[in-house]
Amino acid sequence: MRAFLFLLTAAVSFGLCYLLSSRQYLPLPLGSFLSPQEGFWQNAEPVDEDFSAQLRFPDLKGKVDVYLDDRLVPHVFAEVEDDAYFVQGYLHAKFRLWQMELQVLVAEGRASEVLGDVALNHDREFRRLGMPYAAENSLRAMEANDTTKRQCDAYSAGINAYIQSLSEASLPIEYKLLGYTPEPWSNYKTALFLKYMSYDLAAHESDFEMTNAKNVFSKEEFDLLFPPIQDSLDPIIPKGTAFAPPSIPLRIPETADSLYFSTDSVSAASLFKPDRDNGSNNWAVAGSKTASGAPILCNDPHLGLNLPSLWYEIQISTPSFNAYGVSFPGAPGVIIGYNDSCAFGFTNGGRDVRDYYKIQFKDESRLEYLYNGEWKKTDFRIERIKIKGKPDLLDTVAYTVFGPVMFDHSYTDDGLSSGKDHYAVKWSAHNPSNELMIFHKLNHARNYADYLDACRYLETPGQNCLFAAKNGDIAIRTQGRFPAKWKGQGDFVMPGTDSSYLWQGYIPFEEIPFQFNPERGFVSSANQRPVDSTYPYYLGRDYPSPRGFIINRRLHQMQQITAQDMMSLQTDNYNVFAEMAMPIFRKYVDPNRLDEQGRKYLNELLSWNLRNDVDARGATIFAETWKSFYDSVFVDEYAGMSKHVAKPMESTLLEAILRDSSFRFIDDKRTEQVESLYNLATRGFAGALKTIIEYDQENKLPWGANKATHVDHLLRLPAFSRANLPIGGGTHIINATKDKHGPSWRMVISLANQTEAFGVYPGGQHGNPGSRYYDNFIDHWAEGAYYSLWMMKKEEKTDPRVKWMMSFSNK
Amino acid sequence: MKFFVSLLLMAALSFALGLFLPWWSIAIACFLVALTIRIKPGGAFLAGFLALFLLWGWLSFYISQQNDHVLANKVSMLVLKKKNPNMLMLLTGAIGALVGGFSALSGSLLRSMFKKA
Repeated sequence: MRAFLFLLTAAVSFGLCYLLSSRQYLPLPLGSFLSPQEGFWQNAEPVDEDFSAQLRFPDLKGKVDVYLDDRLVPHVFAEVEDDAYFVQGYLHAKFRLWQMELQVLVAEGRASEVLGDVALNHDREFRRLGMPYAAENSLRAMEANDTTKRQCDAYSAGINAYIQSLSEASLPIEYKLLGYTPEPWSNYKTALFLKYMSYDLAAHESDFEMTNAKNVFSKEEFDLLFPPIQDSLDPIIPKGTAFAPPSIPLRIPETADSLYFSTDSVSAASLFKPDRDNGSNNWAVAGSKTASGAPILCNDPHLGLNLPSLWYEIQISTPSFNAYGVSFPGAPGVIIGYNDSCAFGFTNGGRDVRDYYKIQFKDESRLEYLYNGEWKKTDFRIERIKIKGKPDLLDTVAYTVFGPVMFDHSYTDDGLSSGKDHYAVKWSAHNPSNELMIFHKLNHARNYADYLDACRYLETPGQNCLFAAKNGDIAIRTQGRFPAKWKGQGDFVMPGTDSSYLWQGYIPFEEIPFQFNPERGFVSSANQRPVDSTYPYYLGRDYPSPRGFIINRRLHQMQQITAQDMMSLQTDNYNVFAEMAMPIFRKYVDPNRLDEQGRKYLNELLSWNLRNDVDARGATIFAETWKSFYDSVFVDEYAGMSKHVAKPMESTLLEAILRDSSFRFIDDKRTEQVESLYNLATRGFAGALKTIIEYDQENKLPWGANKATHVDHLLRLPAFSRANLPIGGGTHIINATKDKHGPSWRMVISLANQTEAFGVYPGGQHGNPGSRYYDNFIDHWAEGAYYSLWMMKKEEKTDPRVKWMMSFSNK
Repeated sequence: MKFFVSLLLMAALSFALGLFLPWWSIAIACFLVALTIRIKPGGAFLAGFLALFLLWGWLSFYISQQNDHVLANKVSMLVLKKKNPNMLMLLTGAIGALVGGFSALSGSLLRSMFKKA
């Protein structure tokens, strides 16, 4: 009996240990997860945590002292430059390891390994887009460059030094939640991270949607709906700038009219589109316009807002340079920031550098495809996708001279593509390039010549590279390695049976539009079309104009500018798009056709001050009215169409109506009468009323509550995220803060003798949700406030701002 | 008296093993103590149960209050769907207690088998 009881209780004990260690029956292994000595409690960092440490690593060549300030920003002082990157890697890992690794797993198409088959579509698409292939190509270019190789080797070694010091207990909490452990870092992972940025910033195309639109509209209609240039365009390089004739003679293929511009059907579209509004503002004003007489450089990149943040603030000081700014956990160096001589920043170029070609295979085996009248052999790349809790999936991807065949019979994205046709993707990010060098060179830059030299290394993603120096120089270059395209090339899916539709070359460095110390005293960019129509190369159609327009208008007006003025400009909530659109509603919405309640909201709209402030009710009424108006104009044209048919930009509709109030799309084709703008504007407003009234009843009419900006944890866990932030702004507004997207780093640098620098990002330096430094900048950011950035000098180590010191040495 | 000695030893050994071994070393600790010190099976269960309830409960409380309960607030939202750090500490204690109790009980039963033989 006792033996039986013993065996029973022993079995229960074993069973409990097994059950509480496993994820098979419980969503979480409660034993290991709740164990105070091993589980998540170990991530509950004491609020008075002491970050000071003395660390020894044989890889180091000299001594490195790191002073952590009261915001947990590290000030890294290294005797040898390579050591600075080792320590940067160590710090990135110490504070952001899980995020760094997840980002590269996502980039490589390996998310299913840790997240399960919910990520399978993502992984297949990323493999088929050639992300690992692109990273391998770039890795070769990075490692062929001695400087980058040393930088990356030291950086990877620093990350791995930290990973090796980890125990089960000290793993970041997300590993404990998901049940995996970190892999060693490698230079390949850094290359993958950079490709992720290319995916995010250089995927600006809608070739399938545009092809579909071309097929359903007449040529005349198409040109009205998708004009190459907006009326409100104030280009980065001012209108009237003369451009040299193109050095690359562009030959439009002979078959273009019959095979390309003509109507044919395409059915495939990419599932994972990065946010269309990934963009940014940057500008620099010359000393002639500032109160101090010194230039001021400003930048705020608009990206998806996440926790932990994409950015990590750092100062790196070595015998060869001293730079401060934000870095990417995943890559060495300072990305946006300033040094002792100059400041630098970026906005996205938004050029179309990704095109699709329709491939004709000989047969189902895909072994050969038609190219220039011959059957050419296909290369194959077998992608093995590991899936958590499931067998591996093998995906065989065909590679052609154009690039990988993304869509084919085996990959239709749940029927999105027909599976009959095959489309290869050509993407400039597949090229071997070494973007780390631009940051390396900018970190070291002393003057305009150094900046020019740095810009040569930027290929993909193309960026508007902004520069200002203490000697008074300001400059901007619309930089990148952009294909030299003929008019219309790459707007649609192209025939892939011969070489005539291939890109015919890349725009040379000398023909990149730029501005250097322009007379108007400022340079700026906000993702608008970089040049007017006189530039000889084709640049595509869908650049947003309003933000660039309002920034330039303000900068023209401003004089005696201070850093404070620039912060006010970056956080300005004035809605210039509404300024342009309101005359339509003012003139054409007929109050007599509304009931009393409708007239009340119309009055509220008409008396709105055009600012998307937190408490602005008019801003929400405007947004809903515009949305409803846009829909009522196009509802008939797009009735019954797939959602994969491109729709015109908001500014296109607005500008067309401002030009011509009888714009042909105003008429509702479904009715016999001919509608006027009076009908449509009133219909638009009346259509929005129901939603507006609902919002009012739910107290969600004030813009801030309606927009409900949130910064989400990368796993979308509400408990680790911040919701309902009181912040204004939005699309087309300089403060481009939308619901989950917006200014991811605001920076203002005044390059006077004594540099004055300000910055803030919506996050915190520590990636651990159990740390008080996890999200401590968010409220400050939402208020529109900035931190003073401290370029520390080594002698200041007794300054009260220094809270902790980490010393690294090899002995 | 033996009961309290066992309880203290179980808690102490669990903590010590936990410094080097995975979380389930608490089962070894309770089993070994109950095997060594003679105590009735019912008492052994209670000793193991209380030892781990107190150890894990107190450790989690100690860690969490140094953290101002920042993480416990978040994880309780995640696990219990409500902001309640105390519940999370109770749950932590209860999970440890369950494992501690059963392994102490089996240790005590094994000991009593040898005694009989």
